[in-house]
Amino acid sequence: MLGLGVTEPMRECQYSEISVVASSPMDAEHTKRVPRRRKWETFPGRNKFYCNGRIMMAKQTGVFYLTMVLIVVTSGLFFAFDCPFLATNLTPAIPAIGGVLFVFVMGMLFRASFSDPGVLPRATPDEAAHLERQIGEDVANGPGQGGYRPPPRTREVIINGQTVKLKYCFTCKIFRPPRASHCSLCDNCVERFDHHCPWVGNCVGRRNYRFFYLFILSLSLLTVFIFAFVVTHVILRSSQTGFLSALKDSPARYLFIVVVCFFSVWSIVGLSGFHTYLIGSNQTTNEDIKGSWSSKRGKENYNPYSYGSIVANCCAALCGPLPPSLIDRRGFVRPDAARPSPRSNGTSAYVSSQPRTRMCDQDQCIQSTKFVLQAAATPLLHNELITVSGGHSLSGKPSLGGPCASLPAAQHTPPGPVPNATWEAEALVRRDQEKSLFRWRASDEVSSPPSLGHGNPLYDPASQDSLHQDSVRGLVKLSSV
Amino acid sequence: MGGNLNHEPDADSCYPFSPQTHSLQDIRQQATVAAKVFIQRDYTSGTMCQFQTKFPTELETRIDKQQFEETVRTLNNLYAEAEKLGGHSYLEGCLACLTAYTIFLCMETHYEKVLKKIAKYIQEQNDKIYAPRGLLLTDPIERGLRVVSFTQVLNLASAS
Repeated sequence: MLGLGVTEPMRECQYSEISVVASSPMDAEHTKRVPRRRKWETFPGRNKFYCNGRIMMAKQTGVFYLTMVLIVVTSGLFFAFDCPFLATNLTPAIPAIGGVLFVFVMGMLFRASFSDPGVLPRATPDEAAHLERQIGEDVANGPGQGGYRPPPRTREVIINGQTVKLKYCFTCKIFRPPRASHCSLCDNCVERFDHHCPWVGNCVGRRNYRFFYLFILSLSLLTVFIFAFVVTHVILRSSQTGFLSALKDSPARYLFIVVVCFFSVWSIVGLSGFHTYLIGSNQTTNEDIKGSWSSKRGKENYNPYSYGSIVANCCAALCGPLPPSLIDRRGFVRPDAARPSPRSNGTSAYVSSQPRTRMCDQDQCIQSTKFVLQAAATPLLHNELITVSGGHSLSGKPSLGGPCASLPAAQHTPPGPVPNATWEAEALVRRDQEKSLFRWRASDEVSSPPSLGHGNPLYDPASQDSLHQDSVRGLVKLSSV
Repeated sequence: MGGNLNHEPDADSCYPFSPQTHSLQDIRQQATVAAKVFIQRDYTSGTMCQFQTKFPTELETRIDKQQFEETVRTLNNLYAEAEKLGGHSYLEGCLACLTAYTIFLCMETHYEKVLKKIAKYIQEQNDKIYAPRGLLLTDPIERGLRVVSFTQVLNLASAS
C-alpha cells in the first residue's frame, strides 16, 4: 500500500460493494437521473431537429420562411381576388387546378426541406482507427506498381472505366463514397450532394433531390399559372371597364404579383430547366460546376454514372427506389454503444456519465504512477497496437469499484497482453458489467491507465508521442497529490 | 501496487450469465472485449451498395473463406435487389409521386422491405455460423452502410 494515511476514502474505494446486477442502487439512481436520449439529440452535425427528430433542417432557416411566405401570400392573393372573377367568368376549373398545384408545391417544399438529404453518419471510433491504420500502412508501403502512389488520404476507384478519386473527410473520418460531398454549412457528408439550398433550408442530396426537383418544377408551373391568369383577369376586366380603371381597383396587389411572378419566371423556370438537364445527364450541380465529366477535360472523359439514355436517367432520378435515412434520428442512444467522437478531443461530454470526476487522492496517485510506468515501458512507435476506444464512459479503475471508479476516459490497451496484435481492441462493456470486467483485467495484471479525463489523443498515429505527453501529465498529477 | 484492492472475484455471484447461453442477445449483453474486422465498401460498380469480397487476413483462422464470400455475396445481392431499377420500383415511384408521397405513411418502401430481409439474413447467419465460432456480424445499416464488421466476441467466462 502506498500508506498515504487517508483511510476514509481508501476504505470507501476498497470496500464499496461491486455489484454487477443492474438493479444496484447506484445504477438505479444513475438510470433515473439520465433519461434515454434519442440519437438526434446527440447528432454531431449542425442541423436543427423538430418534432422529436422527425423533421430535419439546416441551421439557417430564415430564407425558407421567406420562401413559404412568398408562395403563400402570392397564392393567397390570387385565390382571394382573382379566382372569384375567373371562376364565374371563365370556369371553376381554374381555382381547382390552382389549388391542386398549390398543395403539391407546398407538399414538395416541406418534403424537400424536412427530410434527411442523405447524410452519412460519422465513423465510429474503431472504424476511424482502422482507417487511420490503413492510411498509415499505405504511407509506409511507399510507391506501388509503376512508381505511382496516390496522395495518402485519397483512394482511386475505377467506376465504369473512369478513374474516380475518393477523398478522406477529416470531419466525418470516412472515405467519402463517390458523388458524396461534405456540406460546410451543415457540417455533414451528404450522399450524391447536389447543393445546399437556402431557399429550401436544407442540403439537396440523394434522398430529397426528387422532391426538390418536383418542387421547383411545380412552383414554376404555379408561377406561370398565376401570372397567366392574373393577366387574363386584368384583360377581361379592362375589356369590360377599361384598362386603367381595372388597374385602379388594387394597384399594389397587381404590382406585387407581377413583380414576384416576373422574377420567379426567370429564376425558377431557369432553374427547373437547368435541373432537367442535370437529371437527363445524371450529374449533380457540383459535378457540372466543376466540369468533372465534361468532354472539355479530355476525349476519354464521360460520366460513368449515366444510364445511357435520357429517359433512363430521368426515371432513375425521379422514380427510382428511395433509400432510407442512414442516421436513425429517432432511435435511442445506447448507453454502452461506441459513439463517434464528434466534438473536439478536449470535451468528455457523455450522455450517460455522471460528473464523478472527483477521485480519491490515492487513486490519482496510483493512476499516475501506472501511467508513467506504462509510458516508460512502451516504445514510441506502437501505433498499430495502440487502439483507442473513445467516447466511452468506462470506469478508469481496474481494481476499485464504487464512487471513485468512474472517470470518463479513453482506454489505452498496452501492446503486451493483447492476444492478437492485428485486431483492433475495443471494450464493449455494458455499464453494469464493466466492474466485473475490470476486476478480471486487474487479476490478469493488465493495467489500463486512462488518460486522466481526456478525450482520445491517440486517434491520429501522427501524434505518436501523445502517450508520452500523457505520462508527463501523469507526473504532474503525481506531484500535485 | 494497491495489491489489497485487487481481490479475486467471487466465484459465481458476480457473473450473472451462465457459460451455456450463446444466443445472440446474450452475447451482445455479456461483458466482452471485442476486436473488429471491417469490410469496406466496393465502389467499382458505382454508388450502389456493395461490399468487398476480399477475404481479410485477420479472419483466416476463424472462418472458412467460402463461407465468408458466400455471406458477403448474398448481402451484395440483397442490396442490389433493394436498389434495382425495374418495373416494380418505377411503379412504386410513380404511385408515390401521384399521391404526393403520402402513400408511404401507410406502406413501406421496397428498400425498407429488403432491409428487413437483410436483417433477418444476418441474424440467421449469426445464429447458425458465426456465433458458434465466437464472431458477431453486425448489420451494415447500423454503421450507415459504410462497413460490414465482424466482431470477435471474447467470452468472460472462458477468460477467467
